[in-house]
Amino acid sequence: MTTAPTPPELAMPAASPVDDHAHHDFRLFGLLTFLVSESLMFGALFAVFLIFRAEFPAWPPEDTEVELLLPAINTVILVSSSFVIHYGDVAIKKGNVAGLQKWYGLTAVMGVIFLAGQAYEYATLGYGLTTNVFANCFYIMTGFHGLHVFVGILLILGVIWRSRLPGHYTAAKHTGVAMAEIYWHFVDIIWIVLFVLIYVLAFLN
Amino acid sequence: MAQAQLPVSGEFSAAGGHHPTAWKWYDYFTFNVDHKLIGIQYLVFSFVFYLVGGLMAVVMRTELYTPDADVIDPNLYNALLTNHGTIMIFGWVVPAAIGGFGNFLVPLMIGARDMAFPRLNALAFWLLPPAGLLLVGSFFFGGAQAGWTSYPPLSLITANTAQSMWCLSIILAGTSSILGSVNFIVTMVKMRVPSMPWDKMPLFCWAMMATSILALLSTPVLAIGLILLLFDINFGTSFFKPDAGGNVIIYQHLFWFYSHPAVYLMILPIFGIMSEVIPVHARKPIFGYKAIVGSSMVICFIGLFVWVHHMFTSGTPPWMRMFFTISTLIVAVPTGVKIFSWTATLWGGKIRYTSAMLFAIGLLIMFVVGGLSGVTLGTAPVDIHMHDTYYVVAHFHYVLFGGSVFGLYAGIYHWFPKMTGRMLNEPLGKVHFILTLIGANLTFLPMHVLGTQGMPRRVAMYDPQFTQINQICTIGAFILAFSVIPFLVNVIWSWGWGEKASGNPWRALTLEWTTDSPPMIENWHRLPVLTHGPYDYGLAGHAPSETTPSHV
Repeated sequence: MTTAPTPPELAMPAASPVDDHAHHDFRLFGLLTFLVSESLMFGALFAVFLIFRAEFPAWPPEDTEVELLLPAINTVILVSSSFVIHYGDVAIKKGNVAGLQKWYGLTAVMGVIFLAGQAYEYATLGYGLTTNVFANCFYIMTGFHGLHVFVGILLILGVIWRSRLPGHYTAAKHTGVAMAEIYWHFVDIIWIVLFVLIYVLAFLN
Repeated sequence: MAQAQLPVSGEFSAAGGHHPTAWKWYDYFTFNVDHKLIGIQYLVFSFVFYLVGGLMAVVMRTELYTPDADVIDPNLYNALLTNHGTIMIFGWVVPAAIGGFGNFLVPLMIGARDMAFPRLNALAFWLLPPAGLLLVGSFFFGGAQAGWTSYPPLSLITANTAQSMWCLSIILAGTSSILGSVNFIVTMVKMRVPSMPWDKMPLFCWAMMATSILALLSTPVLAIGLILLLFDINFGTSFFKPDAGGNVIIYQHLFWFYSHPAVYLMILPIFGIMSEVIPVHARKPIFGYKAIVGSSMVICFIGLFVWVHHMFTSGTPPWMRMFFTISTLIVAVPTGVKIFSWTATLWGGKIRYTSAMLFAIGLLIMFVVGGLSGVTLGTAPVDIHMHDTYYVVAHFHYVLFGGSVFGLYAGIYHWFPKMTGRMLNEPLGKVHFILTLIGANLTFLPMHVLGTQGMPRRVAMYDPQFTQINQICTIGAFILAFSVIPFLVNVIWSWGWGEKASGNPWRALTLEWTTDSPPMIENWHRLPVLTHGPYDYGLAGHAPSETTPSHV
């Protein structure tokens, strides 16, 4: 509060030299803020999982073990897809829409393979959502994450769909492309934590 | 200008050109993206729910006039107490303070034409009517009866359908709150007029910044708790079923990780309103601008680490009781800083006893009472004795009614001219204030005594020894209910036929007063330039009754 005394004629805020009715695009910052909130959502699930893990004598309990091979393959697919999607971003930064479509399309395919692998795992595990508290956690956490993968695939397909319009994404203007990529990386990072918690820790016991 | 170089999205700028000059009454019932209209939508919506929640309280207090459950069925009483709490929090204080005042004021105070994401803003509002309908509709299925905290196992075994509707309703309201927070943070970080540095941002905006960060971090945790509860009720999981290996305490942690910060969501914006109303009507610069900003941020941070003080009787280990008692006592300090700053602002000011100022001063007194009972409750040894008694009810009504509701009234009396272009009637406002002050103290002060004598909360019946004090509380509640009438008459009459308000009827210095009342669509013809701080009253050697700009 060190404002110098204001001469009365200046005190009423004067007109701005630049008048600007344009609506700026703050979507990237908005998405990052939203993802902070999302990560707390997963954080809460992780906390629930870890509290139960500390309470139970065996975690996962007998008869509800997890297998490692298929999820490990799935992990490799999802983590590689984060690099694939980045090539799409690199392509659009050079104005290469065809490259964007190719790499984003490949990412979507990898996402679908991941979900299919997840569905196959659900079908072959031999226990369901309600079997015990571990199964509760397992299905809710992987299911909630799978939902996010599904939304990510929809975003990527939306980007591909919009890129069909000439000039919709250019080297200078591709916020939507960047948002889909950031969201995909986020979903990927969450999976790595999930994979460590559910699968790797189970085999460290 | 730095802002002019930022990328402009085609789809947003295309919407800029074809606005009508003013909104019609029916625009208030549509998916409209103007932040001012959305703010008023929030305020009117939440006031309707305030009346609904208030009516529930009146029915409960009528029941409690006698010791026996002779007016309504005790199960209905349980549903009423659950939904009274839920509606007052998620249907009134949160949407009115954050959605209502936040949306209306933040862009105007920082010199922006709208929020950063106008359509997201409208979406956030329109998530609330279905949430409200779910709560009201749940009464057709018996109404949720497990209290606004909905602790399992009680919430797993009573009125399953209604309890599920309750969960969905809160998840919707929470989603709305998260989307709103994203919007507020981006708006304040990116859209201040270039001449407004951080240390010239009005204190209400700082309060909204702290509120938004807190909502962003805590709401998702509640959402997970409620999703798991929904699965336990409907899909056979057993997260919170002890007989199947579940753990009820985990729900309490998830719930209070949000719901303790939620009390700051309900009071920080009100603190912001206080910091605006008091300097304007005391004609003095705010005392300790930086201390108030800092205390908001400290409350936001420490407020995330005090939640277990709600769980001292939940088998909490001693080290946790110790830790959370200390953190709770620490979080009282920044609140004390604010109380001190407002008192110091009033000191030596040329106070105008407008209705807005009366409610602000009323808040100051009431909140101190609530704050002191809060400190006693935050201390584990006292809390273990007082837990689940009327002492708790007395405490949180002093902070939520004496704090939040008084502050909302102060805000309405202060900004009504800006929102509608009409002045509220001052004599009626003073009648409203006096009735509210008497009613609130008559209702809630005796509850301290009931609590220390051991009357449990949330029960339709009580021991006959408490009859007299309960009757005083009930009479107070009737006065409180009656006190809304002069307010409603005032608002409805003034909105239609009140005295016209000038652009700056209170001679205030923040930017929202530099445009018309009500502000035009997109707020200004040309964006204002900041030439003085928000609270520079009388700084250029003028008498405290004047603002620095002599013609303001």
